Amino acid sequence: MRRVDSDMEREPRSVTGVLPDDRDVLTVDRMGIAVRDLSLVTDVSLRLRPGERVGLIGESGSGKSLTALALMGLLPEGLRATGSIRLAGVDRDLIGASEREMSRMRGRQIAMVFQEPMTALNPLMRVGNQVAEAMLLHSTRPDKASAQRAAVELLDRVRLPDPANAVKAYPHQLSGGQRQRVMLAIALANDPELLICDEPTTALDVTVQAQMLELILAGVEERGSALLFITHDLAVVATVCQRLLVMYGGRIVEAGPVHEVFTRPRHPYTRGLLDASDLEATDPRGRLHTIAGTVPAAGRFPVGCVFRNRCPREPEEAKVMPGWTGDETRGFACWNPVPYDD
Amino acid sequence: MTDAMTKPAASPGPQSADAPLIQVRDLHRVYTRSRTSLLKPPGQVHALRGVSFDIRKGERFGIVGESGSGKSTLLRLLCGLDTATSGSIRFGGQEIVGKSERQLKFLRKELQLVFQDPMSALDPRMRVRDIVREPLLGQRHPDPVGRVKELLTAVGLPPDAGDRFPHQFSGGQRQRISIARALAPQPSVLIADEPVSALDVSVRAQILNVLADLVDEFALTLVFVSHDLSVVRHVCDTIAVMHNGQLVEVGPTEKVHNASAHPYTRRLVAAIPTIRRALAGVGAADLARGMVDAGHDPTDTDRDEVA
Repeated sequence: MRRVDSDMEREPRSVTGVLPDDRDVLTVDRMGIAVRDLSLVTDVSLRLRPGERVGLIGESGSGKSLTALALMGLLPEGLRATGSIRLAGVDRDLIGASEREMSRMRGRQIAMVFQEPMTALNPLMRVGNQVAEAMLLHSTRPDKASAQRAAVELLDRVRLPDPANAVKAYPHQLSGGQRQRVMLAIALANDPELLICDEPTTALDVTVQAQMLELILAGVEERGSALLFITHDLAVVATVCQRLLVMYGGRIVEAGPVHEVFTRPRHPYTRGLLDASDLEATDPRGRLHTIAGTVPAAGRFPVGCVFRNRCPREPEEAKVMPGWTGDETRGFACWNPVPYDD
Repeated sequence: MTDAMTKPAASPGPQSADAPLIQVRDLHRVYTRSRTSLLKPPGQVHALRGVSFDIRKGERFGIVGESGSGKSTLLRLLCGLDTATSGSIRFGGQEIVGKSERQLKFLRKELQLVFQDPMSALDPRMRVRDIVREPLLGQRHPDPVGRVKELLTAVGLPPDAGDRFPHQFSGGQRQRISIARALAPQPSVLIADEPVSALDVSVRAQILNVLADLVDEFALTLVFVSHDLSVVRHVCDTIAVMHNGQLVEVGPTEKVHNASAHPYTRRLVAAIPTIRRALAGVGAADLARGMVDAGHDPTDTDRDEVA
């Protein structure tokens, strides 16, 4: 299995953050996102190699979608990103890049599929034109006619039925799954080096989800693109990704190969998430395992370890933020990690 | 219609000595779309096509279906919020199809609902204690204040929760408020419509546990509607699978999940990603292929979405 391969290719240890490497598609180093003096995302570092599929999981309020928006340069007004984001083939830092510079990369080197295709597509424009527009804006096709032909072919690749006629449809005439396929066709139109998917199948039925996941994987594999897949669904991330990052309270609390993190989680939050999402494992009374308490509102996370007010293993030291144990491909931030044979 | 689809309708669930609490027979609901032409008659959407099943007292009855399968329509009919085109629904022996709001008053006490999105189900300008108390007003409850406190404790909310407004709570806590309100009139049947679909994983487990506790404590009959077969499997002892406005299969949970008779159910089961299967090497392509292997579904026709 491909997924397990990355277990073996361990990276050399780096103490804090990651240094850019010319083999990387994306290098994020100690990125933070803040609104005024309120910090929403802190110290996010990650590295993506070509063709690598990395999952970013976390519950609502964990900062995973903000991270994606920051990578795309789409943070809402008033939010500032700090740190560094480097993208292959772009000779400047994405943080601090102007809107003009960002729009040259967006949809070209880096593309995104959003959760809700109905709000991401233009309701007044035929879907074929929207796919063609992505190519015309970046001049990857010489003229309108060839862009239109390419659009039909792209829609065929994402298995939209009858693509020659589907290009003339407006978004409202398509079903939710079909709209999401159009979004994927737009995102893949210019063969991006990095595809970001933010909960792309959350709004879809489970049978449509299975088809959509297959299309996303086929799309990135054909192009050798890296994939950053954001979801709250652990089973989906296990199905799609090789490596994963677990976010909580705006921080990455655990990272590693999917197989290892899901079979031997070290952070109590990851352990709790896995137990809570397992609907087949119950206590003697037939009740599910839970994580005590609820996710605090943004900015209300405890000082020190962000998880300590819900943690079953909270030690005294947790009043101080725990450092990162491990290296950049496998590690966790916890004072009192779950032992290996828990 | 094929044999496979009519069979579950003909033979209701496992028989018990007492009569079923809810008995649904050959239920149809046809919606008329808005006119698009002066000359042609408006189109029709057949949202329910001959649905029949029984729910026994104390049963945990799960209804599973994808969007457009007709599960929401069925739910609205069960609650008497919409009128069936034809067919019959008997609640404790009383017919509810075609009855006036006045005649359905007993149903409002006996049957209560928990909705998917608690933020839109709770009045943002009412304090929580008034929200939970409102159903008691019509009943002339002797001690509404005490009852509200009792309910809030039962769903695991702090005692001071009553003084606050819905927006001051998280999604999971709001769903607890919703459940407390539903239980206020002491219903015998609780209908939960996708109660955990909008919640995070860690909160989902909490709410499912609260529901299970309350169903046990108050000996409720639970009708649990969801698109998520794995959640329904955990909660319910009987599963009904809906597809294209028909019940394709009704039966005991483990039988429907593990040894399904119907290709649509098998496809549904095959499409669900699970951590266990993924770690065993089942990828997205395998999920999609599993759906194909599960067999072609004879009921799978292109159907107009109910707008």
